[in-house]
Amino acid sequence: MNFFNKMKDKLTGKSTAMNEKFKDGLTKTRKTFAERMNQLVKRYRKVDEDFFDELEEILIESDVGMNTVMDLVDRLKDESRARNIKDTDKLKDVIVEVLAEFLTKDNEETKLNMNPNGLTVILVVGVNGAGKTTTVGKLAGRLKNEGKHVLLAAADTFRAGAIEQLQVWGDRTGIDVIKHQEGSDPASVVYDAMQAAKSRKVDVLICDTAGRLQNKVNLMKELEKIKRVISRECPGAPHEVLLVLDATTGQNALSQAKLFRQASEVTGIALTKLDGTAKGGIVLAIRNEMDIPVKLVGLGEQLNDLQTFDADAFLYGLFSELFQNENEDTEDQ
Amino acid sequence: MAFESLSDRLQATMKKIRGRGKVSENDVKQMMREIRLALLEADVNFKVVKAFIKKVQERAVGQEVMKSLTPGQQIIKVVQEELTELMGGEQTKLNFSLKPPTVLLFVGLQGAGKTTSAAKLANHIRKNNNKKPLMIAADIYRPAAIKQLQTLGAQLSIPVFSLGDQVNPVDIVRQGMDQARADHNDLVIIDTAGRLHIDEGLMNELDQIKEVSHPDEVFLVVDAMTGQDAVNVARAFNDRLDLTGVIMTKLDGDTRGGAALSIRSVTGKPIKFVGMGEKMDALEPFHPDRMASRILGMGDVLSLIEKAQATIDEEKARDMQQKLLSVSFTFDDFLEQIGQVRNMGPLEDLLAMMPGANKFKGMKNMQIDEKKIDQTEAIIRSMTSHEKTEPEIINASRKKRIALGSGTSVADVNRLLKQFKDMKKMMKQFMGKAKGKKRNPFNLPFM
Repeated sequence: MNFFNKMKDKLTGKSTAMNEKFKDGLTKTRKTFAERMNQLVKRYRKVDEDFFDELEEILIESDVGMNTVMDLVDRLKDESRARNIKDTDKLKDVIVEVLAEFLTKDNEETKLNMNPNGLTVILVVGVNGAGKTTTVGKLAGRLKNEGKHVLLAAADTFRAGAIEQLQVWGDRTGIDVIKHQEGSDPASVVYDAMQAAKSRKVDVLICDTAGRLQNKVNLMKELEKIKRVISRECPGAPHEVLLVLDATTGQNALSQAKLFRQASEVTGIALTKLDGTAKGGIVLAIRNEMDIPVKLVGLGEQLNDLQTFDADAFLYGLFSELFQNENEDTEDQ
Repeated sequence: MAFESLSDRLQATMKKIRGRGKVSENDVKQMMREIRLALLEADVNFKVVKAFIKKVQERAVGQEVMKSLTPGQQIIKVVQEELTELMGGEQTKLNFSLKPPTVLLFVGLQGAGKTTSAAKLANHIRKNNNKKPLMIAADIYRPAAIKQLQTLGAQLSIPVFSLGDQVNPVDIVRQGMDQARADHNDLVIIDTAGRLHIDEGLMNELDQIKEVSHPDEVFLVVDAMTGQDAVNVARAFNDRLDLTGVIMTKLDGDTRGGAALSIRSVTGKPIKFVGMGEKMDALEPFHPDRMASRILGMGDVLSLIEKAQATIDEEKARDMQQKLLSVSFTFDDFLEQIGQVRNMGPLEDLLAMMPGANKFKGMKNMQIDEKKIDQTEAIIRSMTSHEKTEPEIINASRKKRIALGSGTSVADVNRLLKQFKDMKKMMKQFMGKAKGKKRNPFNLPFM
């Protein structure tokens, strides 16, 4: 049984709607990736250095990053030697297997960390324009639909219009937003929100923060302060620190993950705008080089386009076409 | 510090060649491999990298380098030239319409920084080209996008035309253009919603906006952190809208900014401006040649000098020099000097422009603590004017008072006093050595 069928079996238990969502969102990604893989396999019949060189290029062009590409290709070379695979068509299965292994790793928990008894605080951080406020809005809507009592904190007091933007999401979802004036101290907004969350006995408080480039020391210190305030007001909080990453980002995403983790102990990644990028490679790099799991994926502009990251569904979306083609090919013969 | 890793890598490679008499073909190959890796890690599109390496290698293996007396120098020159070429050769200027108003259209993906860049550029052109701008808020999709432009407009006192978020963007732009003509605005800046290059419906909308506004410039705003996909995005927008230029944002981050290298070479469209920070004046013209020097670790001296000229009062500078020469340098002068350097922007940015700054070990990770400088300022401001001119009179009880007044400790005050004394001593030594020669104006004790 090939990988595609295995995957299908694995997924039958899961909602097909979710799989379709991934498939839709990743159409562009899947097309280019699968097409190129097929071309590659057609051009090179035999597995040799040239084949691996070109495979390397495909992966690089998908933003996988040099380090992870080298790891991947080394693994593939070992596998093909061990299994004595000389035919590129046969190697296709191995490629997908290895990619799946890199993606799923040790089946890390991709669910959000929630406090089973009492207030859960989620802090959302990231660089400018990654999609923090939108992610906060969507996440809030989702949690509310799950029956949670949610409160939002507008701690982006810097960017013009940021507070209003979150307020619009609050109005849309019917969730209260704790806010101060533009230019006020974000830590004090968070402090007030913590007090409000405790006295109103809400289930989840989500704190939106200002976008900051990870090399700005003072802004990262501000973030540390915000986190300190949360921990002081509620021991054990924040339960989840989500780093919002734009999927179109290149290798800088790794630097973002490293430095934001240093400042705020990031517990998960929300990968946004995955519906637009033609590549999904950064996911592989993040999985391979960081031990931070991807927890949420933004697949579109609608409120319900924020999905829990599911490596299986992700791979299904990424490779289904590749294997459908293969099946058609065999039928032709 | 943009591109630091790229320059680190190239520098390491160059060092191996530098100082050696001859370069073998093998050396060149090794170098090309290193450059290739560095460029790929910097997110330069891999096709662009390939073409670049081929060009450099041809020139390097050819007559030019091998027969040169200084092959190491020569190869650096080749790389630098090709890098400059790749980023667009000469700096390109803005297109102004002969018949006002000049119209600038901003397009790009979500979160690239269109609205911020639009406001920054309106401000920049108003200041440098003496125009009367009107900004049109045509992003009706993202919540509060209009509000963002209005807030920025209010900050800069630049009018913003908006019809709310219930009107079709094409109509907004059409009416905004009428408004601009009626109000005699000779510069119109149109901020549009972020969209995916594969979103047919929204790309159509841009076609229509372009049709009703006849823009003189269509700017694609690109996040400098974008990966390999940057070229696809740029190509799609270019095919559709025939861009006239690119604005690169967030270059003040630690991204290596490879997208900057690729976009021009793939689309043929120049990068005209770069966003270097969150403040409204943090928009700079893009200088390909300077950026190439910076990538190669040769320092962006020209930008530094320009910055100094723009912010430091020349007369004051001459005054200061006089004082330095006569050793009548007081804490008052010191305070002024701090202020002048600070006017030039964050010290980290200045440091990044210094030639060879990233060559020093540890310099890369050194962060200048602006708070320390605040503290220094606070201590000096807590002194009496007598103490400022004659720091010798500061005794234990005065120190205590100064520390209390500035919210610091006596140890901090002592440290500053010692630094100041050392600095004066150093100046005396300079005087003996290089009489008449220009002093380094950035010789501050905390640098």
